[in-house]
Amino acid sequence: MACEVKSPGLSTTIQDQGRPGYYNVGIPEGGSMDQYSAAMANALVGNPAEEAVLECTYLGPVLRFTEPATIAVTGAPVPIKVNGEERPEWTRLGLEAGDELSFGPLRAGTRYYIAFAGGIDVPEVLGSRSTYILGGIGGLNGRKLEAGDVVPVGQADAPAAGAPTLPEEFRPAYGKEQTVRVVMGLYDHRLTAAGRESLLSGEWKVTPVADRMGIRYSGPGVEWREREQPFGAGSDPSNIVDAGYAVGSIQIPGGTQPIILHRDAVSGGGYAMVATVISADMDLLARAAPGTSTHFVEVTLDEALEARKERSAFTARALAALGMP
Amino acid sequence: MSTPALEREARYTWGGDEFLFVEVDEAMSLAANFKVMTLASKLSGAALEGVTDICPANASLLIRFNPDVLAPSVLEATVRGFEQDAAGGGAETLATRIVEVPVWYDDPFTAEVAQRFREGFHQEPSGTDLDYAAKVNGLTDAAEFIRRHHEQPWLVSMVGFVAGLPFLFQLVERQKQLEVPKYLSPRTDTPRLTVGHGGCFGAIYSVRGAGGYQMFGVAAAPIYDPAQTLADFKDFMVFFRPGDIVKFKPVTEQEYAAIQAEVENGTFRYRQAPVVFELNKALEDPERYNRELMEALDGM
Repeated sequence: MACEVKSPGLSTTIQDQGRPGYYNVGIPEGGSMDQYSAAMANALVGNPAEEAVLECTYLGPVLRFTEPATIAVTGAPVPIKVNGEERPEWTRLGLEAGDELSFGPLRAGTRYYIAFAGGIDVPEVLGSRSTYILGGIGGLNGRKLEAGDVVPVGQADAPAAGAPTLPEEFRPAYGKEQTVRVVMGLYDHRLTAAGRESLLSGEWKVTPVADRMGIRYSGPGVEWREREQPFGAGSDPSNIVDAGYAVGSIQIPGGTQPIILHRDAVSGGGYAMVATVISADMDLLARAAPGTSTHFVEVTLDEALEARKERSAFTARALAALGMP
Repeated sequence: MSTPALEREARYTWGGDEFLFVEVDEAMSLAANFKVMTLASKLSGAALEGVTDICPANASLLIRFNPDVLAPSVLEATVRGFEQDAAGGGAETLATRIVEVPVWYDDPFTAEVAQRFREGFHQEPSGTDLDYAAKVNGLTDAAEFIRRHHEQPWLVSMVGFVAGLPFLFQLVERQKQLEVPKYLSPRTDTPRLTVGHGGCFGAIYSVRGAGGYQMFGVAAAPIYDPAQTLADFKDFMVFFRPGDIVKFKPVTEQEYAAIQAEVENGTFRYRQAPVVFELNKALEDPERYNRELMEALDGM
């Protein structure tokens, strides 16, 4: 089975749960930015969670199916059209040979996901099908989709069973405000008390400079402690001797605009990180459209672990509601 | 080398619930990098269940783990234990290799990109990166800077930023380290295989993309080969590993073209030789020890 790409959209890539284990040579984990939405798309079509899906950013693709297919679209709210007729999100959809799938403009959020029963059948590179564009690996020839591409779809083991629609209570909200929980640390001691206070009490807005590598915010800025810089670190107080970057960590080059690193982050560099978004809130960042007002709230490591457990339990309940194990 | 042995203990801190960060030292030094490599190799040898990535960096170590499998406190205690073990000292050695990397210095590719990013990006918009680097290091001209850049070898002190990019620390006394500021604002473009420099670190950009280091030339052969066509990439698509020793070799435009042709027809091999790097010798008399290291390449 396959589907043809009539129009690729702004940036449509093949993603799965990611490529752990190669961060030490600068190859990021990658994978779907919003892992929860991607997992639900897979579950709706009866796929195991590790199957690859299409991640569509802002402007979606137009796809033509050469054979019957079962798909589901989840994530950011978007009008889904089959041959021009609107179909529901978060729902299993049956398509016939010759059907054309297209999308209207996003109503909120940034990314939505298309899962195909049987998964996307591209080769794994270093254990993952995720597209890493900068390194030119994974997905379709290591790049985003282009018009004329053919997305190969695998053979489903069995027709999707279970509930065809994810109940409302399990769908994420896409508001204009977010509260993002962070663990302070790494180089937070380099901020002044006032700098720390402005990170945690200020209003930060998502700027249009946001992609799979990171999300840039604008806001009140922070203040760094003055000091004599250590050898090799560079002259700005926000500089450090180049170090590994934690995914989700917040760096504030020059003290003005914070950048939060996401799944395709560069693995290291010379800017001090001052806090890290907890794993349970990483999907939230992936849903933040430009202009989203954001407050960072400090939690302890124990609270982060508790939130991680709650998130796993929530995902498990959602899967149970779909009749998935 | 004037770098003293490390006296402080590492600083342990958390990057959210999935990362432990161990800062061996705030400042860069060979001793700090050696301690990082020692901790990384001990942790790797321990094969702790739940550790997904061990990323040794210049003077710090980043560890990614799954807290559902491995409690943060257990991971921290384990690494602290390795640090205690390593504190005993003794002769530190590293079984590694020395690799000759051909570079076309003062090339037209980086010159073209440098021209596009002057006003607002560079400290001296009217000049070249090489002239600027020579000046801030108190050298007479670009030619002297180039000579200083390739006459002594470098240690790969970290691999990362993007796929397979080596950070390089020159094996010379601290007062002889070449230091240059990064661009005032990062470029959105850097030619693939640019040989760059920022702070005290050299780098070879493995892929085309953003970058803030001053640009001095281009390496003639790939260091990242996802298709794994060349023999040097048979085992892995990334060439460099932390601890590798790099000797830059200046090449002319004609030599560059000849190497490109070898890369094209799949016959290029890096000149390289196994060496055992001894930290104490490197600290005592680096240039003398460097001559010894570089001799290993002569027989190749």
